[in-house]
Order: sequence, then C-alpha cells, then structure tokens
Amino acid sequence: MIKIALVGNPNSGKTTLFNALTGSNQYVGNWPGVTVEKKEGVLKADKTAAIIDLPGIYSLSPYTLEEVVSRNYLLDEPPNAILNIIDGTNLERNLFLTTQLIELGIPVVVAINMLDISDKRGDKIDLDKLAAALKCKVVAISALKQIGVEDAANLAIKAVESPKKLPSTIFSGRTEHTLAHIEEALLHDLPQEQQRFLAVKLFERDTKIIEKLQLTPEQIAHIEADIKICEAEFDDDSESIITAERYGFIETVVKSSMTIKNTGLTISDKIDRIVTHRWLALPIFVAVMFIVYATSVTGVGLLATEWMEGGVFGDGWELFGLWVPGIPVIFEDILTAVNTAEWLQSLIIDGIIAGVGAVLAFVPQLMILFIFLAFLESCGYMARIAFILDRIFRKFGLSGKSFIPILIGTGCGVPGIMASRTIESDKDRKMTVITTTFIPCSAKLPIIALISGALFGGIWWIAPSAYFLGITAIICSGVILKKTKIFAGTVTPFIMELPEYHLPTVENILRSMWERAWSFIKKAGTIILLASVIIWLASNFGWQDGIFGRVYAEYSLLSYVGRAVAWLFAPLGWGNWQAAVSTITGLIAKENLVGTFGILFGFAEVAEDGTEIWALLATHFTALSAYSFLVFNLLCAPCLAAVGAIRREMNNPRWLFFAVGYQTAFAYLVAFCVYQIGSLFGGYFNIFTVLALVFVAAFLFMLFKRQNVQVA
Amino acid sequence: MQTLNKTKIGETVKVAKVHGEGALKRRIMDMGITKGVEIHLKRTAPLGDPIEITVRGYELSLRKEDAKMVEILEV
Repeated sequence: MIKIALVGNPNSGKTTLFNALTGSNQYVGNWPGVTVEKKEGVLKADKTAAIIDLPGIYSLSPYTLEEVVSRNYLLDEPPNAILNIIDGTNLERNLFLTTQLIELGIPVVVAINMLDISDKRGDKIDLDKLAAALKCKVVAISALKQIGVEDAANLAIKAVESPKKLPSTIFSGRTEHTLAHIEEALLHDLPQEQQRFLAVKLFERDTKIIEKLQLTPEQIAHIEADIKICEAEFDDDSESIITAERYGFIETVVKSSMTIKNTGLTISDKIDRIVTHRWLALPIFVAVMFIVYATSVTGVGLLATEWMEGGVFGDGWELFGLWVPGIPVIFEDILTAVNTAEWLQSLIIDGIIAGVGAVLAFVPQLMILFIFLAFLESCGYMARIAFILDRIFRKFGLSGKSFIPILIGTGCGVPGIMASRTIESDKDRKMTVITTTFIPCSAKLPIIALISGALFGGIWWIAPSAYFLGITAIICSGVILKKTKIFAGTVTPFIMELPEYHLPTVENILRSMWERAWSFIKKAGTIILLASVIIWLASNFGWQDGIFGRVYAEYSLLSYVGRAVAWLFAPLGWGNWQAAVSTITGLIAKENLVGTFGILFGFAEVAEDGTEIWALLATHFTALSAYSFLVFNLLCAPCLAAVGAIRREMNNPRWLFFAVGYQTAFAYLVAFCVYQIGSLFGGYFNIFTVLALVFVAAFLFMLFKRQNVQVA
Repeated sequence: MQTLNKTKIGETVKVAKVHGEGALKRRIMDMGITKGVEIHLKRTAPLGDPIEITVRGYELSLRKEDAKMVEILEV
C-alpha cells in the first residue's frame, strides 16, 4: 500500500483536507507512548493509498513533542510521498516547513489551500514559478469546498513513481559550502537524496541526529571546525543561520511568484478589536464561558445526564407518550424470565449495568460539551482565550486554556479532564489533567451536604470552603509541581499563532465531537467494567458465621478491607471502618459514598443528602474529623470514570499512577494537617502535631522556593 | 539596546538580531522573527501581557519576557 503523509502548519486546513480525502475510512489513535493524536485513513478515491495525518507543526526542529513525533515518523518509516498543505493566505510562514520537507529526499506535493480567500483579497500567486523554485509539484485546492483535493492526492501518488530529484540549494554560498563539506566528510555513503537533510541537521548540531548516525567524537570535531568558521562569519549560531536563510529564500520566492494587494482591516482584525479589547475581552470571555457552562453542565447537558441515569439506565422514560423501560428493567425481566440465579442477576444489574451505566450516562453531556469545544477551537476563539488568560495561569504552570477544563470540572470531572485536550503544551496539559478534579464536581455535592448537615447544622460556609479548597489545591499544586523534576527543566515558550477567525463546517465539528466521545466510551468503558465487577463482588460476598457466601454489607469482603485500612485514616481523625468503606465505594461514583454510609448504618436507602443518618453520623465524627473526612474525599483520587478519562489523556500507565497517587497523597496530607493542627487548638499535642507542622513548613517552602528557570 | 518588549502599540519596527539560545530562540525564529523582518505591534492582552504582533502577514502572540530577546531597530 502506498503511504502518503499529510503534513502542514496548524490552522492550515489539514484536518478538513484529511476528512475530504478519506471520508469515513479513518482510524484515530495515538502515536506510541505519547498523547499526540495519530490519524490514518484510506484514500476515498483510490483504496490502494493510505493517508497518515501528522500533527500540525511549524517546523521540524527537535524541540516540541509534535515535531519530534513527525520527524521520527518521516525519518524512520518514510512514507512514499508527502502531501504538504499550505495556507494560501499565509504563504511565507507556511513555506518555512516546506523548505524543510523538500530536503528529506521524499517526493513532496504542495497543496495551496484557501487560495479562493487570498484571491478575494486580490493577491495573486504564480503556481508555476513557485513549483520551479521549490522543485516540486504545486496545486491549488480548497479543502472546505472539496475543490482539487483528489487531484492533489493523485499528484502525490504519481510523485511516488517519479525519479528522485535533489532538493534546491536554498542557502547562501558560504553555508552551502559548509554543508557540502559535511556531506563529503560524513554522509557520502548514504543515498544522495538523503544527504541534504542530514547535512543541515549536523550543521545545526541536532543531538538526536548525531545520536542516530552514531558519529565518533573525531568525526564531530572534524565538522565542528567548519561550522565554527561559518558561525564566526555570520556572527550567529548555526541553527539561526539556517532559519534566517530559509526565510531569506522564501522572501525571494514569494516576491517573484506573488503579488500582494494591501487591503486594510480583515474581518479577523475587526473581530479581534472587540474580542481582545482591553475592557471588553474579559466580559466577553465570561459570557462565552457562561453559555458553554449553562448549556453543557447545567442546561441541556444536565437533562441529558438525568435522562440517561434515571431513564435509560434507570426505571424507564417516556417517548411521545410511550413508556420505554430502562436497560436494568429490561435485563431484570429477561433474567427473571429465564430463571437466572439471584446472585448472577444482581451481578449483572447492580454490578455491571449500574457501574457501566454510571459512566455511559455522561456520554450525551460529553457530546454537547465536545460540540462547544470543537467550535471554539476551530473558529479560532480558543487561541484568544489562551492569549487573554495567559498572564494569570502561567504563574501556576497552567495554560490559559486550563480555565475551561476546570470550569467544566465543577460540573463533572470527566468532560473536564477530556477538555484538556485542547491544550497544546504537553506539560500544561498533564498539569491540568492532574489538578482538574480538585474542584468539587456535582457528584461531590451530596458529600458536602451530608457533612455540612450532619455536623455543622447546615452552616453556610462549608460549601464555599469546598470550592475555595479546590481552587487553592489547583494553584498550590501548579506552583509546587512546576518546581519538581518532572515538570521543571523546560519552560514551554508561549509563542502562539492567533489564527484568522472562520466558521467551521458542521461535519468537522460533529466528527471531532464523535472522535472524543467514542474514545471515552471505549477506553473508559473497559476499565470501569472490570472495576465494577470487582467492587460488586467485594461488597456482596464475605464470611458470616464462618460461612462464605452472599452477605450483608457489614460482613462483606469490602467491609474487611475497610476494617483493615481504617487505621490509615486514624491520623486524619476518622479511623472508623464505615468511613473507610464509604471512601472506597466513592471511587465508583462519589455520590455512592452517602448511600454506603446509609447501608452501613442499617438504612436500606437514604435521601441524596442522607438526612436519615445525620444523627448517627454525628456520633461517629467530631466537627473537625468530619471536615477532614470531607477534605480527603474532595481531593483524593476521583471516581473511576474520571480515572478512566485520566488514563485516556495520559496514555501512559506511569503518568496515570503519578496523577492518581499525587491526588491521593495530597488529599491525605491536607486532611492530616487540617485535623492535627485543628486538634492543636483543642489542646491536643502529640507526635502527629509535630509532623503536621513539619509538612506545613515543607509545603510553604516548596510554595515560595525560588525556581531555577531553565529554558531548554 | 532596543528590544521588542519595549515597542509601543501601533509601532512598526525592524528586527536587528534574535538573542538567546536553544528551543526558545529556535521557536521565535521558526515563527518568522528573523533578522531584517518588519514587525508591527498590534496590541497587548487585556492584562498587559502577552503582546500581539503582525509578522510576515500573520498574527502572532508572545510574552514580553520572550520578546526581550528580540533586538530591534526603529523604522
């Protein structure tokens, strides 16, 4: 099968072209080991050709994750041809990547997109002159209107067969001389068409290429002398010489092949005058966020989730006057009809369907949110959000775009975590994924209501304090984690394009929505299914009077686990096993915690805020230990659905464990300090108090420690 | 030394040299800020940072801290 790599800048219309070329024959995955998305598809018009969509990149430098992924792919498993999509309204910067691609020794076809827009502006591009200068085929396309896309693909297929051509010599005489010397000294054994790229990279002292070629120190020293002479002559480092000369070449090419008619303000300029205006920007941002939140979290989204939970995965729902029974009801009827054993029926309905249902119930809400995100991203506003909020968020090691996951996280952590995918920087994204669930989601509200009602007489400040705690946890974690080894070292530069606004197509938005929703269903679904079965078994089976079998909750395996680990929570002030068991069942869904307390205290069912058990709970907790319990459960590992989402976004087991481990350890330490230092005011002082004070001191030290900023 | 972060809104300047090293410098140059190119400072973000510039016909935003590395000449 012929492999064609689709390469281009972000915002060049690459996704639209990919969709136009492949239709529904797509496979979306990840590049191995990293969170960079990999898409593959079969060409609609010619089933013998596969299209590989590389991440949107500006350059083939070795510095960003996307660039490294693309480079490795192009070098290690070279495709048969490269289809390079270029934004015709932004020729100069787009051609920069092209000058690097044509050096690879792989046939390149350049497809100039959005030429209709630059035509309208009055700009004219001479495609033949451009093709002659780049020494490759150049075609005009409109990915949006699907004009010329098949021709472009056909040209790429034809280019595979064409005789190998050597790339243009685009650098200055002095630089070309040094490059020729490097080729002669180290690369003359390699195929001629590959030498160019490697010579340039060696000139740039690209460590990854030096490693790959396994050069000896003598060889490096040999070319180093040449590079130094060249650098001295230009009074700049070799990397900068190459970059500057590439742009120099592009300027000449563009000048000879393009006539630019200078028009005044574009539509984007006019929109930006308002949207990024000094005074209006923040109110507009708040309004946009309000619409997103009100629709996807409290409005239609909430209705959809309630319908899924109470209807589809509950008793049933009404469709135009017709009663449609819920999935558990249908299964119960079938299982009863075929005389299934009671325990098996319970496993299927209370274990599997309830567990998986709790996760799938989020899907409609997720889809609504993803539609919003896809729209904000593809219309260009998401980049403005980062621009407007960068000043605040960069202090905490987060991106301006982290605001959206956190806001959504107040409704539900699952879409919150998945919304982090819009953040480009890998570190900012990981940081956001780790900290998003610190903010209380709607499922944690019953826990807050329970504690505030049972121990604090419903006093007003408990709920606000939970949000304050969440926000503080995010900020402090950001500041502290930024200084740890894993996150420190490299500061991601914030040098971001503000793309022109444009209306995205319905197809692209729906496709992006579905890709995200499906990956949630698939990946989160498997882990939840397994966990649901395990927790169901553990909470229904155990020893009673020496006999193993189905038992009441207080004799179950889970209760033994609770008793076994309860001592761990004693320093937090709540060493009773009921609290430990409730915390464990809270992992399935946080609101389970209240119900579990009810069952363990002997109530079959309790209200959402657990009014029935308030009095009993008050005998097991003090105000302080109850608050510490609340703190732990608000901050610790989120529910399994959210853990599934973290797993999906991290795409790496070590990062998953780090995230969940950090959250739980952080929760433990904060609850510990709250309880122990709180007890100090009650006159208690012991070894734990000292420990708590040490923790607080260490925490403050980390918080205010100066950071050694290294820009790598 | 005149640098990009001190440029006023509405001014057009010419790049004299990009200082610094490594990823940051490479990124700045990859985005088209190279010696001799004209830069127009469009606006600053509502909170004063980052800045938005027009370079090579498109809009780019960068932090003032990073803009310090770009030495400029008044046009």
